Amino acid sequence: MKPAPFAYEAPNSLPAALDLLALHGDEAKILAGGQSLIPVLNFRLSQPARLIDLNRIGDLSYLRRGAEGGLSIGAMTRQRVVERSPLVAEVAPLLAEAVPWIAHPQIRNRGTVGGSLAHADPAAELPALAVALDARFRLAKSGGERWVAARDFYTGLFATLMEPDELLVEIAIPPAAPRTGFAFMEVARRHGDYAQVGLAASVTLEEDGRCRAARLVFLSVGDRPIEARSAGALLAGQSLTPEAIAASAAAVNGEINPFTDVHATADFKRHLAQVLARRALALAAQRAGRATGNNA
Amino acid sequence: MSDSMKIGVTVNGKKSEREVEPRLLLSDFLRHDLGLTGTHVGCEHGVCGACTVLLDGEPVRSCLLLAVQADGHEVATVESLSGDGPDRLHPLQEAFRDSHGLQCGFCTPGFLMTLLPFLDENPDPSEPEIRAAISGNLCRCTGYQHIVDAVLLAAKRRRA
Repeated sequence: MKPAPFAYEAPNSLPAALDLLALHGDEAKILAGGQSLIPVLNFRLSQPARLIDLNRIGDLSYLRRGAEGGLSIGAMTRQRVVERSPLVAEVAPLLAEAVPWIAHPQIRNRGTVGGSLAHADPAAELPALAVALDARFRLAKSGGERWVAARDFYTGLFATLMEPDELLVEIAIPPAAPRTGFAFMEVARRHGDYAQVGLAASVTLEEDGRCRAARLVFLSVGDRPIEARSAGALLAGQSLTPEAIAASAAAVNGEINPFTDVHATADFKRHLAQVLARRALALAAQRAGRATGNNA
Repeated sequence: MSDSMKIGVTVNGKKSEREVEPRLLLSDFLRHDLGLTGTHVGCEHGVCGACTVLLDGEPVRSCLLLAVQADGHEVATVESLSGDGPDRLHPLQEAFRDSHGLQCGFCTPGFLMTLLPFLDENPDPSEPEIRAAISGNLCRCTGYQHIVDAVLLAAKRRRA
C-alpha cells in the first residue's frame, strides 16, 4: 500500500515540464491532481520510474472567457474551482451542473480538469462533458502544439491519441448555440461513487420551438465517452413531444456497449441509459425553451 | 533510485523541515515523521476519508498527496482543533461527543477536518447538505445519523 520508489521532478514552468517530457516521456507519469494516479501507485498497479508533478506551474490554472464568448480552462484548474466559478455557471452551465457529481469535495479540491480528461476513465464525468460541449484540447510539446477535438481525443479504455511527449494544457469550450438547453444526470449507488450510467444531454431549438439538434453523450456505457448520434438525430426537425423523446431514448440501446462491472450489470446499464435519456432530453428541452437567444 | 528531498511544511502553525523520499505519502509523513497520529489511515486509496486534513484551508485526502507536494504549504490536522490542550475540545468535537457522533472514533478525525471548512461556508446547513458534505467519509459504527445530529448541533451552537 505504499508507492514503489520513483524519481520526482516538480518543474515550475510549462517549458521546463515539456523539456522533461521530451526527455523522459516514455518512462514518466504526469502528476496533476493525483486523485486517480496516487491510488494506482499506492496499490503498485503502476510503478513509473519518474513522476513529473505539474502542481508548481501556476500558469496552468485559470478560467477565462474565450475569444468568442466561450470558456477557456487551464488544464491544472481544480475541479472545485470550476464548481464555484460564477463564470462557469454563466458560460458553461452544463459543467456547473455536472462537476458536483464528481466524487467528493475532498477529491475535487485536488482533482484537476486536465488530469481527469487525460486519464480517460470511461466512467468519469469530465470526458463525456467535454465531448458534449464540443470542447477542444490544446496539446503542447517541446517545440510545438496542436488542437484536438474532444470527440477525436478518446481512442479506447484509458487511451487517448496523446503522444508520450505531449501534455494537455488547455481546454476550450465554444459558446452554446442560441436556444440551447443542457442537462446532466447520473445514477450511482451512493453520492460520489462512480456512476453506473451518466448522461450529458443538449437540445437546441428552432425559433418556432421545434428541435434543431439534440445530443446525448454517455459515460460508463463503453470504453470511452459514447455519443448516441442516431438517437439524437431522430429528434432533428421534430416537435419534442413525450413520444418523440421516448423514441429517441429507445434508440440509444443500439449505440451503447456497456459492460458488466461491480457497479451494475450490462443489462441494468442499458435500462438506466434509456431512462436517463428520456429524463435528460425532457429537461434539456425545457431549459432550451427558457433560454432567450443566448447561452442556456 | 529516488533521492531524498528536503521539505518544509507548516503543520498546525509550526514549520517542520525533514528529509523525505518522494514516494512518502503526506499521511505517513504526518504520522511517522511528525508523530501526529491523530490523522488516521484507512483505505489508502482515497475512498474512506479517514486521513482528511486541511491543505491551505481546504479538506484533502492526505493519502493521495505526496509529502513533497506539501513543501511550502500549510497543513492542519485534527490535533489543531484542541489548541489549548487535549482537555479542551473544539466546539465541533463537543457536539460530536454530546450527540454520540462517534463510537470507535477511527473515522472521526476525517469527519472533523471535512466538516470544519464546511461549517465555515455553511453556517446553517440542511440535513441533505450535511449528508452530501460527508459523503466522502465512511463510518462503520454510527449509521451517520448521530454525525448529522452533531453537525446540526454544532451549527446551532455557533449561531447562538
